[in-house]
Amino acid sequence: MTVFEMLSYPFMRRALIAGGLVSLCCALLGVSLVLKRYSMIGDGLSHVSFGALAVAAALGVTPLSFSIPVVVAAAFFLLRMANHPRWNNDAAIAVMSASALAVGILVISLTTGMTTDVDNYMFGSVLAMTKADVGLSAGLSAAVLVLFVLFYHRLFAVTFDENFSRATGLKVDAYNTLLSVLTALAIVLGMRMMGAMLISSLIIFPALTAMRLQKSFLGVVISAGISAVGCFVVGLTASFVLSAPVGATVVAVDLAVFLLACLFRQLKSRGAAGAK
Amino acid sequence: MNNRELLACRDVSLGYEGRPLLTHLNLEVRAGDYLCVVGENGSGKSTLMKCLLGLLPPLAGEIRRAPELRRGAIGYLPQQTRAQRDFPATVYEVVLSGFLNQGGLRFFYTSAQRAGALMNLGKLGVLELKDRCYRELSGGQQQRVLLARALCAAGALLILDEPITGLDPAAAQDLYKTLRYLNESEGMAVVMVTHDLTAALQSARTVLHIGRSSWFYGTAAEYLRSPEGRRFQKEGNA
Repeated sequence: MTVFEMLSYPFMRRALIAGGLVSLCCALLGVSLVLKRYSMIGDGLSHVSFGALAVAAALGVTPLSFSIPVVVAAAFFLLRMANHPRWNNDAAIAVMSASALAVGILVISLTTGMTTDVDNYMFGSVLAMTKADVGLSAGLSAAVLVLFVLFYHRLFAVTFDENFSRATGLKVDAYNTLLSVLTALAIVLGMRMMGAMLISSLIIFPALTAMRLQKSFLGVVISAGISAVGCFVVGLTASFVLSAPVGATVVAVDLAVFLLACLFRQLKSRGAAGAK
Repeated sequence: MNNRELLACRDVSLGYEGRPLLTHLNLEVRAGDYLCVVGENGSGKSTLMKCLLGLLPPLAGEIRRAPELRRGAIGYLPQQTRAQRDFPATVYEVVLSGFLNQGGLRFFYTSAQRAGALMNLGKLGVLELKDRCYRELSGGQQQRVLLARALCAAGALLILDEPITGLDPAAAQDLYKTLRYLNESEGMAVVMVTHDLTAALQSARTVLHIGRSSWFYGTAAEYLRSPEGRRFQKEGNA
């Protein structure tokens, strides 16, 4: 059995645990981000985290200790930008993404040179997960899960209607900040395995798939979590069997499931129309 | 007690970044009042809304808000956003979220709150939509659901921002009828920003008209006789 063979490698076990947990976090956070039309923030953050990793490598510091503060700061900034009434938000985020990418590539090529490291940062590597990463992923997902359960109703209210929530005294900005900080952490943890170019799909795909299938917010949250973890496990196994890059394989599985969900919804709505 | 003051503006100036849109405004809203705010786009209606809701401080003057309003017990019906129209949530989930202002640090809804949500859905005649998905409803139904949520949050005051935008005339009439019922039978004070002057004047007791450089505040009958009222009516009918 390939699955047992796969699990006999310690790095695959680490990738499975850490990746599954990060996928779960990304999916839960992603439901809110996608519904609030903040998908671009996830994309922007992944590019910033690429730049931060490159700079960290050039400076010779541990990647996480440098990139976590940088990406969290970027999350604050991007959120401010997305909510600014007079800025051209999507253009500003696109500019920031490209700039962070350019800085990262320049720093790498001027110091270590364009090595396989760059390739790994961009498109991910299954070997990237260390024991410390597994611990951090477990801690992060525990934090996300606890916060999600405790503040579930408030997160729903803030996601559904910021204006109403603000008027009735919820601290909307605090919840938005919490959301983007947790997203920043999930992206930093996940990007070395999934790749800077691909990590944002972990945030966006599960939410989109779940929105096709479910009618309630609770249903969307639960199905997003299930589909994210399921797609990751299938993708990781497939990448092991096919010797394909893990990031791209997981995204391909996510895409396939999303298309199936679209098809299912089409058929269902046609069936409902036919019944009438 | 029945006539207690909920909101009062004393010599208030409103605007952004030091540029006033509206100056020396005085008005008050008491329990059971029905106030319509009318005026052209960009005259400062939404800015006034934000100040009444406590989201924006006035440039000058004082806005007094009853203690329960300061705690968030306002039934606010905001304008719908594009993102909301296809939001995956059941009607029940949406309406319950109106109770979050009472929460303190409670993390789940109480059974009294669950019952209250159902009662408010019933009051607005949309109880049978309870398990339907919000995005599958018609514009009028969505507006009723949001109004039910506002009732969950409200103590004695509803604030509505252009509630009939996007509704067909019949749905708009229904909504006005519901508001009149809530105002007359439930004693709920209503503050409504609207473009639809004719319909609004049927139920409003007081009118605030915000013009480019001046404003008018008085009863509906006084407003119809005022120069602002006559001009606005003429434009509305043309």
